[in-house]
Amino acid sequence: MNSPTRKSASTAAGAPARVSRRNFLKQSAGATGGLVLGFHLPLMGQQALAQGAAAATMPPEINAWVVIQPDDRVVIRIARSEMGQGTLTGLAQLVAEELECDWAKVTTEYPTPGQNLKRERVWGDFSTGGSRGIRQSHDYVRKGGAAARMALMQAAADGWKVPVAECSVSKGVITHGPSKRSTTYGKVAVAASRLPQPKDVTLKPAKDWKIAGKRIARLDTVDKTTGKQVYGMDLKLPGMLNAAMTDCPIFGGKVKSFDEATVMKRPGVKKVVRVGDSGVAVIADTWWRAKTALDALKVEWDPGPNAKASSEAFAEVLNEALESTDAVIGNDVGNAVSAIDNAARRIEAVYSYPHQNHACMEVMNATVKWTPERCEVWAPTQNGEAALAATAEAAGLKPAQCEVYKIHLGGGFGRRGGTDYVRKAVLIAKEMPGVPIKMLWSREEDMAQGRFHPVTQCKLVAGLDDKGEIAGLHMRIAGQSILATVNPQMIRDGKDPVVFQGLNPPGPEASIGYTFPALRVDHAMRNPSVPAGFWRGVNLNQNTIYLECFIDEIAHATQQDPLALRRKLMAKSPKHLAVLNAVAAKIGYDKPAPAGVFRGIAQTMGFGSYVAAIAEVSVGKGGELTIHRIVAGTDCGNAVNPQQIEAQVEGSFVYGLSAALYQECTVKDGRIEQTNFHNYPSLKMAQMPKVETVLVPSGDFWGGVGEPTIAVAAPAVLNAIFAATGKRIRNLPLKDQLSKA
Amino acid sequence: MARLNVNGKPLEYSADEGTPLLWVLREQLGLTGTKYGCGVAQCGACTVHIDGVAVRSCAMPAAAVKATQKITTIEGLSPNGSHPIQKAWQALDVPQCGFCQSGMIMAATALLKDKPNPTDKDIDDAMTNICRCGTYNRVRAAIHVAAKEMAAAKSGGKMHSKAELGKTSLNIEHVEGAKA
Repeated sequence: MNSPTRKSASTAAGAPARVSRRNFLKQSAGATGGLVLGFHLPLMGQQALAQGAAAATMPPEINAWVVIQPDDRVVIRIARSEMGQGTLTGLAQLVAEELECDWAKVTTEYPTPGQNLKRERVWGDFSTGGSRGIRQSHDYVRKGGAAARMALMQAAADGWKVPVAECSVSKGVITHGPSKRSTTYGKVAVAASRLPQPKDVTLKPAKDWKIAGKRIARLDTVDKTTGKQVYGMDLKLPGMLNAAMTDCPIFGGKVKSFDEATVMKRPGVKKVVRVGDSGVAVIADTWWRAKTALDALKVEWDPGPNAKASSEAFAEVLNEALESTDAVIGNDVGNAVSAIDNAARRIEAVYSYPHQNHACMEVMNATVKWTPERCEVWAPTQNGEAALAATAEAAGLKPAQCEVYKIHLGGGFGRRGGTDYVRKAVLIAKEMPGVPIKMLWSREEDMAQGRFHPVTQCKLVAGLDDKGEIAGLHMRIAGQSILATVNPQMIRDGKDPVVFQGLNPPGPEASIGYTFPALRVDHAMRNPSVPAGFWRGVNLNQNTIYLECFIDEIAHATQQDPLALRRKLMAKSPKHLAVLNAVAAKIGYDKPAPAGVFRGIAQTMGFGSYVAAIAEVSVGKGGELTIHRIVAGTDCGNAVNPQQIEAQVEGSFVYGLSAALYQECTVKDGRIEQTNFHNYPSLKMAQMPKVETVLVPSGDFWGGVGEPTIAVAAPAVLNAIFAATGKRIRNLPLKDQLSKA
Repeated sequence: MARLNVNGKPLEYSADEGTPLLWVLREQLGLTGTKYGCGVAQCGACTVHIDGVAVRSCAMPAAAVKATQKITTIEGLSPNGSHPIQKAWQALDVPQCGFCQSGMIMAATALLKDKPNPTDKDIDDAMTNICRCGTYNRVRAAIHVAAKEMAAAKSGGKMHSKAELGKTSLNIEHVEGAKA
C-alpha cells in the first residue's frame, strides 16, 4: 500500500476528490519504544488545503480508481479487502491493463467506507465474500482504468494541439506519431484531472491483455516475509489501551454479575466494563494484563433459553425434518416423488455435516476511538461498509460521524464479513471516551463466539428403472439457514435461496451439472441456537458432498464406472463436463492408479465457476489415510492471474480437507466444546497432498476462484476412501471412522 | 528491569511474572512481526529462535530466557528481507494472508540450519505450523529452493535473483518496483 501522506486535487466536475490518506505508518525503533503508528486522517488533508496548499502540487486523481503522481507512479484504488486471496493484485492488474501504465510503477491504496458513502458509492461494493472480488467488479474497474487512459491521452493531445487519434500510449508514455513528441502520464496528470470523464469506454478483449491474465507476482508479498505487514492485531495508537473480552459462552445468555473488585487491583488494569447485555471486557495497559485479569474475573451468567442445547438434540431435530412436510422447494423437474414411487429399484442414504469455526489465524479484533462527536475504527474487515454501519449503530452516531479504516486481514474466510466483533469493540471504547482501545479476542473466545458453518443433514433417494438408469432423485436437506442468522429479511416465504448452492436449475450461478428425468431438491429449515455464518465455500461444501458421494453410491450400486456415469448425466452441461474431462485426462484416468492407490471423483459449479477434482488415496490396515495426489480443475471463464488462481486452488484443499478430515464444533450445555487447535485441528504440512491445478478458462464469463474447489475436496477424497475400503463415510468429519471397525 | 538479547541488541523490559516471551516481544519491545495465534504452542505463528533453535514464544515465559541467550525474531532475520529463505518465499509468492508466515519462515530457517538439504520427510517433521490459507505446497517448494541457494552460496556456486527463482520454480513473473 502507498504509505506517504498524499493529497489529491479536486476533479474538474467539482466533486470532492479528497480521499482518506492511507494511514501513515511510522516505525519508531528503540529499546522499549516499539512500533508506534501515527495516523494521518482525512482531516489532515483538509487542514493542509485550508492552509493554502496548492491543488496543482498534489498528485491528481484522474478518476476514482486512478491517481497519478508527478514521478509517474500510479496509485490504483482497491475497494475490496485483501485477505490473502490475491484480489488486490488481480484488481490492480485489470485497472493497469486498460490504463496502459507501467506495471513497475503501480502501487495501491484502499479508499475508506466513509469516503465511499460521501462520494455516493463511487467505488461500488466493498463487500469481499462469495468469491466476488473480481467477478463482480471487473467491468467497472477496467472502465475506470480505460477512462483514465483516455483522459490522460486527451490532455497530452490538447497540450500539443493535435487530434488524440494521432497519439498512442505504452507503459505510461504518450507519443504523438507524426511529430514523434512524447510525454508521460505524470506530466499530463494535472491537466487530465480537469477534463470531464469520457462517456464511451471500450474495453480490450482478453486476447490483447499484457498485464491481466499474466502470472505476475503479488504486490503484497515482501512485507509478509519480514514482519513489516501490519495486521489489526499489530496496531498501536498513541495512548492506546487494550481490551480482552468474554461473551456469554451460551448463545442467547446474558451477564448476570461480575466481581470487578477482584481484578481492579491487578497491575495495569484500568476498567472492567459490560459489553452490551451479554459480555464483559477488561481494559488494561497491555493485552496480556487484560487477558490474565479477565481469566481471574468471576462472571456469573444468566444462561437464557439455550442452557441445555446440544449437538445430539440438534441432530434429532434435523433427522425428523428429513421426513417433515414443511419443506420449501429449490429445484423441481418432473415429478420426482412419483418417479421414485414407481421405480423398479430404490437407493437411499442419509448424510450429515457439522458446525465448523472459520479459525482465521488472526483472531477477531478491532481498534476503536470513540468520542461523543466521532467514532473511528481500525478493523480487519471483509465488509467495510457493513462495518461502518455497525460502528454508527453501536456508537450512537450518524454514519457521517464515523469512519472505518480497513487493515490487512490475517485470514477472513467469511468470518470477517460479519460485524459482531466491530460492534463489541465500539461498545467497549464507548466506556472510555477519547481513548483508543484495541479489543483482541483470545483464541478460546474466537472459538466460542464463531459464526459457524451451518449444520445440515441430507436424505437422498434415487429411483432406478429396470435398466439401472436414474428415473428420479429427491434430495431433502434439513437444517440451518445462514441467512436466518445473517440477513433474515432475505428469507421469503420460508425460503433461503443460498441453501441450494450447487443444486440450482441451469443458469450462471451454482447450477447442478446433471440432468435427471425427475428431480426434487427441498429444504426443511431448522435453526439451532448456534449462530451461522458464511464459511468459505458456504453451502456448496456440504451440498457437493451429498450429491457427489451419492452419485458415487449409485455408480457402485449399478456397477457403472463413476466417471462414465457422470459423463452420461452431464451431456447437457458442456462446461461442467469439460472441466471433469480435463481433470480425468490430467490424472490419467484411462490407466489404473498405482497399486494400492484408489481414485475418487467430484465435480460441481458454484461462485460462477465450474470445478472438478480427482483424488488418489490409500488406506493402511489400521485405517491410516494417505492422500497422495489431487488433480483439481477450474473453469473460471477469465483467468486474471493464473499463478494466484493456482495458489487459491491449492489452499482451498487445505481448508476443505481440514473440514472433511478433522473439524467439528459440538455443542454441550449450550456451549461450543472446542477451544483451540488441539481439539479443533487443521491440516498441516505432513498431511498436505500434492495438488495439481488444471486451469481451463473458457473465456466468455467471469467466475470466482477463492471458494469453488473447496467443495470438491471432501467428496473426491471420500469417494476414493470408498474405492479403497468399501466403507462409505456419510457423517462428516471423517475423524477416526476408518480406524474403527 | 529484566534483560533479554533480541536481534543482537541487549534490551531491558518490565513485565509481570509469567508473561510469555511472545507478549514481551509484542507489547514491551514492539516486535509485532511475531504473531499470537493460539497461545498454547499449537499453531507456530509465534515461532522465534533462541540460540538458533525454533521455539514457540507464546508458551515460553520471558523470565525463563537468560540475558545471555540470543533471541532472533523475524525482524532480526535479515536487515532487508534478503535472507535466502525470505528471498525464496518472495520468489515463489508463498504468503497468502501472510499472518502465519513469520512463524513459518523462522521454523524453516531453523530446519535448514540443522539440515541444509532436507528431504520432504524432514520438512513434514519440522514444519508443524498451521496455515489456514493453505500455503504448504509453496512453503515446501520454497524450502527446497532456499536450500539449493544456500548450498550454492556456501560452495561459491551461482546464486540466482528473485526473478530467476520465481521464473524457474513456478513460472512467476517478478516486476521490480510494483508494490502494494
